[in-house]
Amino acid sequence: MFDSVALLTLQHYWWTIISLLGGVLVFLLFVQGGQTLIYTLGKSDIEQSLIVNSLGRKWEFTFTTLVVFGGAFFASFPLFYSTSFGGAYWVWMSILFCFIIQAIAYEYRSKPSNFLGKRTYEIFLFINGALGTFLLGTAVATMFTGSAFSVTFENIASDGNAVISSWQSSFHGLEALADWRNLMLGFAVFFLSRTLAILYFYNNIENEQVHTRAAKHLIINASGFLVFFLTFVIAIFFSVGYGYTPDTKMIYLEPYKYFKNFVEMPVAGILFLAGLAMVIYGLILGILKKSDKAIWYAGAGTIVTVFTLFINLGFNNTAFYPSSFDMQSSITIENGSSSLYTLKAMTLVSILVPFVAAYMFWAWKAINNKKINSSELNEDGHVY
Amino acid sequence: MTDISLVEWSRWQFALTAMYHWLFVPLTLGLAIILGIMESIYVKTGNPEWKRITKFWMTLFGINFAIGVATGIILEFQFGTNWSNYSWFVGDIFGAPLAIEGIMAFFLESTFIAVMFFGWNKVSKKFHLMSTWLVAIGANLSALWILVANAWMQYPAGMHFNPDTARNEMINFWDVLLSPVAINKFLHTINSGFVTASVFVVAVSAWYLLKKRETQLAIRSIKIAAIFGLVSSLYIAYNGDGSAKQVAKYQPMKLSVMEGLVKGTTDAPLSILGITTKPDEKDSLEIAKVKYSIEIPGMLSFLAFNDANAFVPGIHDLIYGNKEHNILSFNEKKERGLLARNMLKELQEAKKNGNVEAYQKNREEFMSTEFQKNYFAYFGYSFIKNPSQLIPSIPLIFYSFRIMVALGIFFILLFALVLWNTYKSDLGSKRWLLYIMLWSLPLPYIASQCGWIVAEVGRQPWVIQDYLPTLAAVSNLNVSAVQVTFWLFAAIFTALLIAEIKIMFKQIKLGPGELKK
Ligand code: HDD
Ligand code: HEM
Ligand code: HEM
Repeated sequence: MFDSVALLTLQHYWWTIISLLGGVLVFLLFVQGGQTLIYTLGKSDIEQSLIVNSLGRKWEFTFTTLVVFGGAFFASFPLFYSTSFGGAYWVWMSILFCFIIQAIAYEYRSKPSNFLGKRTYEIFLFINGALGTFLLGTAVATMFTGSAFSVTFENIASDGNAVISSWQSSFHGLEALADWRNLMLGFAVFFLSRTLAILYFYNNIENEQVHTRAAKHLIINASGFLVFFLTFVIAIFFSVGYGYTPDTKMIYLEPYKYFKNFVEMPVAGILFLAGLAMVIYGLILGILKKSDKAIWYAGAGTIVTVFTLFINLGFNNTAFYPSSFDMQSSITIENGSSSLYTLKAMTLVSILVPFVAAYMFWAWKAINNKKINSSELNEDGHVY
Repeated sequence: MTDISLVEWSRWQFALTAMYHWLFVPLTLGLAIILGIMESIYVKTGNPEWKRITKFWMTLFGINFAIGVATGIILEFQFGTNWSNYSWFVGDIFGAPLAIEGIMAFFLESTFIAVMFFGWNKVSKKFHLMSTWLVAIGANLSALWILVANAWMQYPAGMHFNPDTARNEMINFWDVLLSPVAINKFLHTINSGFVTASVFVVAVSAWYLLKKRETQLAIRSIKIAAIFGLVSSLYIAYNGDGSAKQVAKYQPMKLSVMEGLVKGTTDAPLSILGITTKPDEKDSLEIAKVKYSIEIPGMLSFLAFNDANAFVPGIHDLIYGNKEHNILSFNEKKERGLLARNMLKELQEAKKNGNVEAYQKNREEFMSTEFQKNYFAYFGYSFIKNPSQLIPSIPLIFYSFRIMVALGIFFILLFALVLWNTYKSDLGSKRWLLYIMLWSLPLPYIASQCGWIVAEVGRQPWVIQDYLPTLAAVSNLNVSAVQVTFWLFAAIFTALLIAEIKIMFKQIKLGPGELKK
């Protein structure tokens, strides 16, 4: 009895951590968004170099957060890891490709004898920014809209194929592109990352021309984000969701599930609205005043909004990875988690997380106390 | 049935990506520490020349680091994309080290690397030095956790199989973390990184001496790298012996393949060198034989078990069994594996049909330590059709092992010679030695790759020793999908490797004097 309560608590705890990592990851995607704006906002070599260097000092954070998000998901909800990654093969592989080519691009872009040429590395950055954000959004959307897979634990002992999870679509994940709701979230993440990038440039780069050009693009990207995101949210609120009964664990379809989740978990619902309001406030500050504080509002708002969306997805007896092929195969935080022992061990390790956050903040502040301008770039240091 | 070519291609893909990753990681592990040492001298002496030296090697470090990160991300997600059944079967144990690695090591590294690169004029000298050391610690911590995971695959400990969830579950974290295999593997592997970086620094510096450029920087760098390299390479030889002892204890088939030992004996001789020949057709297992071998009698028994008279099992003993030495035959192991599997099936049936009594009775037996140890521990054998599947490639492993060990001995001599000449005579005038130093550059990479081939190909067909063979670990995919990604990875990693080498050589040619300020 005690154990099952403890297990359920830890499952919720780890889903909360995953949600938080998800929120931070989406915020940090401003690096990706910025990469799609290098030529749009920077017309001279100096301006482009300012943009690249301003982003280049942050790309590792986004990348590492993505890696840790993956690792934490594996450790706490391995069934998701084995089912989704092995099934939606093409989507995840495409996302990975987008990130491989990013990791070397900054370092190699302006080095002499770099084999592929400066332009190629900038194209790598663009692909990472455009496709990477879009595909991540699309992949996350399937957690609401469902995918066609089955999970059969008996297979491990059967004489035929031992593999537990099977994907039913031969497109292996690309079929997600056929559901317009997934596309909405993909575009929303894409535009959001560009919007946040512009607000970040207001904060981090000291250059009039860049700011002036950025101002023009801010309105377009911010409205793009709002339109796509709200369309997605409304569509999801009106869709049927996948719930389960707490005692039998049977999965069933429930109309307006995701809307009801916010009503039944009012704290999450209110936080969701507050997060969205903060994003919008940040956008207004950015649009009206080019304020260098705008990124903090919009960024914090993004984290809160994404966090509550994930909470909506995993809490309140909801299946966070629904199967449209075999409903009972849907993955929930209860049937997909690691064992009690493993979750406990990892929970002890998670005590480190606040320390990690603290030293990141501290180190970041130490090197970030000045805006980037052309004279700062020429001081001795590492230039991309 | 699982498509065998799917298994093959998935293995090739993992091998390709892991081997590429391992081209870059060793230098990161070792050079980070060398940077720490150099910068410590700078902070201690206040001599700006040392800052220049540190910054020069740091530029090379950055070029190498980026591509290590690029190749690493693939590996992590590949457990899910290509080995999805594995990810479920052992994810409860295996996932934790990966997550801890991210939380403890990767964030440490990526945060302080920013300070290290961009903080020279922004933070105090001490803070900067601390950041450099934290990068080194972070890099080596990330090695720790991934190697704990790898060691666990070679020697599974601290878990039991739970029939309800159809997976292995962790029951003792310390058994996983502090397993002797994990500790040994960690030390051996990070030291191989130290050796790699030392050879790198020595080789690049030798080039400057040959060109009569930057002699002061070169000599100073060589002094540090040669000492660091000598200590690490002495340690690696000592610790490699420890690795071999563990292989003997936990993976006897790997050991007999490393030595090409077909029939077990007491007083087993160590083969120093030999030639592997085509499979012997009279042998029903069709295994390659080692001929013309130069041997030291009793040495293998001694190295493996600290006793020149100890019995070392050969491939035949491990397949056909050996009563005298209590070695189970393949057939016996397979029977036990099948028994475990049938019991699992019955359990699942009983549960499905709501037969509570039968279920509970069987489950109790299934979960007993006795059953898990004597039966479930052979579960993997129930997937194996033919005993020859159990024997990894003899030539590949036999030669790889010898190349690694020979190079290990060579590095000890190299560093000793370099150190001697640096202190006792004029290194710059010994051009023959400088050429040897320069041309040693690729050798630690070869040694490292060979080491991993011994470790990873040598444990075939197992992903998890005795529990899960590769053919039951793959994802349900079409071969063509894996083929496409294989070639994509091959193309992109090769392009990036060429870029890395060209940039690296160019930066070395430009030299520290002309580095961008
Ligand atoms: C510079 C690289 C290097 C050098 C000089 C050596 N090794 Fe090594 N060796 C490695 C780099 C390496 C490695 C790449 O780090 C491996 C692969 C897997 C592992 O744990 O470490 C390895 C594995 C490995 C294994 C297999 C472990 C397993 O299967 O789990 C053995 C038995 C040895 N080594 C033994 C030695 C001995 C006796 C050496 C004598 C000098 C030696 N190594 C030098
Ligand atoms: C096959 C299993 C492996 C996986 C899944 C893996 C995963 C990764 C990942 C995801 C990264 C990028 C981290 C970042 O975002 O900064 C990375 C980098 C790194 N890995 Fe691996 N790795 C593997 C093998 C190894 C081994 C065997 C070692 C060391 C012994 C190692 C040491 C490192 C280090 C030091 C880095 C950071 C520095 C660099 O990228 O060069 N990895 N690895
Ligand atoms: C970075 C150094 C490493 C290298 C160079 C390396 C090399 C290889 C090679 C050559 C194979 C193919 C073996 C075969 O199929 O015959 C392989 C397979 C594999 N390795 Fe490693 N490995 C490394 C580290 C690791 C680590 C740290 C892990 C786990 C934590 C790991 C897990 C695996 C898995 C799951 C496979 C696929 C299944 C299999 O073929 O057994 N490897 N690796």
